[in-house]
Amino acid sequence: MVPVSYYVALSAILFSIGTLGVLIRRNAIVIFMSVELMLNSANLLFVAFSRLYDLEGQIFVFFVMTVAAAEVAVGLAMIVAVFRNKRSIDIDQISSMKG
Amino acid sequence: MTVSELGLLNILPILILVVWACVLLLLDVFVFPKREQVTPLLSAVGLVVALIYTIPQFGQPKEAFNGMLVIDGFAVFLNVLVLISGLVAVALSYDYLNRMGMARGEYYVMMLFSISGIMLMTSAADLIVVFLALELLSIPLYILAAFGRPKMESEEAGIKYFLLGAFAGGFVLYGIALVYGATGQTGLTGIVEAASGGLENPVFLLVGAALILVGLGFKVAAVPFHMWTPDVYEGAPTSVTAFMAVGAKVGGFAALLRVFMIAFPSISVDITPVLWGLTAATLIVGNVLAVAQRNIKRLLAYSSISHAGFILMAFVTYGDASVRPEATAAVLFYMVAFAITSFGSWAVVIALEHAEDRGLELEDYAGLGRKRPALALAMAIFMFSFTGVPPTMGFAGKLYIFRAVIQGEYYGLAVLGVIVSVISAYYYLRVVVVMYMREGDPETHSEGWLNLTTAVTAVGTVVLFIFSAPLFDWAAQAVLRMF
Repeated sequence: MVPVSYYVALSAILFSIGTLGVLIRRNAIVIFMSVELMLNSANLLFVAFSRLYDLEGQIFVFFVMTVAAAEVAVGLAMIVAVFRNKRSIDIDQISSMKG
Repeated sequence: MTVSELGLLNILPILILVVWACVLLLLDVFVFPKREQVTPLLSAVGLVVALIYTIPQFGQPKEAFNGMLVIDGFAVFLNVLVLISGLVAVALSYDYLNRMGMARGEYYVMMLFSISGIMLMTSAADLIVVFLALELLSIPLYILAAFGRPKMESEEAGIKYFLLGAFAGGFVLYGIALVYGATGQTGLTGIVEAASGGLENPVFLLVGAALILVGLGFKVAAVPFHMWTPDVYEGAPTSVTAFMAVGAKVGGFAALLRVFMIAFPSISVDITPVLWGLTAATLIVGNVLAVAQRNIKRLLAYSSISHAGFILMAFVTYGDASVRPEATAAVLFYMVAFAITSFGSWAVVIALEHAEDRGLELEDYAGLGRKRPALALAMAIFMFSFTGVPPTMGFAGKLYIFRAVIQGEYYGLAVLGVIVSVISAYYYLRVVVVMYMREGDPETHSEGWLNLTTAVTAVGTVVLFIFSAPLFDWAAQAVLRMF
């Protein structure tokens, strides 16, 4: 059996990739995908830890998936609305406010 | 599992709000012909009913869902505050939305959902509930921020708030996962017990707590996680900003206080220096950057950052068990003071705002003292309250915060707080100076609900100051059974 620590390491790598993606990429959809990667790395961590303890971690994952789905619905709708207005989803271009 | 075993009756106010919001959403689509006029009234009715059921809950703490939710004095105090804030927000929004041509029924429904999220947040005694409540609070707020669509600034505010809010949610979630990994528990009391028994990987607990702090720091707009605040506050419809400024802060701080004070007292030695730095940065950056602002919405955004700093000041003492009840009560009191002053000042902003973002510059307030003396007086009261000048709630709030900080022996922080208060006097009083000393002819709106809100909050800011001692006693009683 693969030790739990391997999963923990993998999830930390995924979380770092997600965080860096949010900070570096400029396309709203790619940023959004990076956020989803962060959520899913947490899910992996929950499932891995739940092998050490109880089923609670696995149950948490279902809640997170539901929340992520709700976020996708709102987020994509918003990105579409911005695209209709601006013909671009580059977040550097949709940045008119300064100060 | 019966209804009483789950404790569903103990969370009746939240259930009422959620069910009522769902019903309104359906009614909105199928029944009312002039629904954008009826829905605000009906959502206000829902808030009042929830309030009626919330107030008697003060007293013995109750549980729901096997202790995942705790309805104690802390939760009830904040729930009352949030429900009243919701009523004020509905009153603020009604005329504004009609005037700006944004009146749609879903607006109020989203607000009800967000309020139920905040109420869950104040009662959350389990990290799962903290995360779910955080998202229930935030997702409707993303939609509300973009409600001015197809106006570009509003959409931009929505997408910025959404991306950064979801980013912050990711941090909170990963933090929770690490805490679960360290302790095998997600319930707050379970975490303490596991932590006191010695942990195999204490570093997981520490990193997890730090990530939760980062995520919630985003929500309450603490520096260095504040970058979204000015843009979102400026771009979102003003009535939404008013609600967001209070609602998101109350929810975020409620979760921060409960999670850290109950679950993480064992690592306070490591967390406190970080909190100290966070607080100092928030106080300095919020106040210094506010000085440069000419747009009133951005000015109030930086002001709200600086007030998050003042609330954090009391939170720094969380590791000290002797100061903890006093500091928590001071935070509760400060949130009341901030809520009433903030709503009032946003009401004045709404009274001067015109379509296409006109009337939002500081210069547009010139001559207000002559043209609308009552409105200018109200704005002056709010600015004095933000600064912390008696006889206003802001003064009493700062007094209790500073008392808690000094009891906790964080003298450096107290001195810093006084210095930034002096800086803040400059930009708050500048608004008063512009209103009374400059010549000008500002265009204003005089609308029934808006005037009522302004009057009530202005009177409340002064009258509650007179009754600040009993109010603080109530807050102190509310946190008594928390620890």
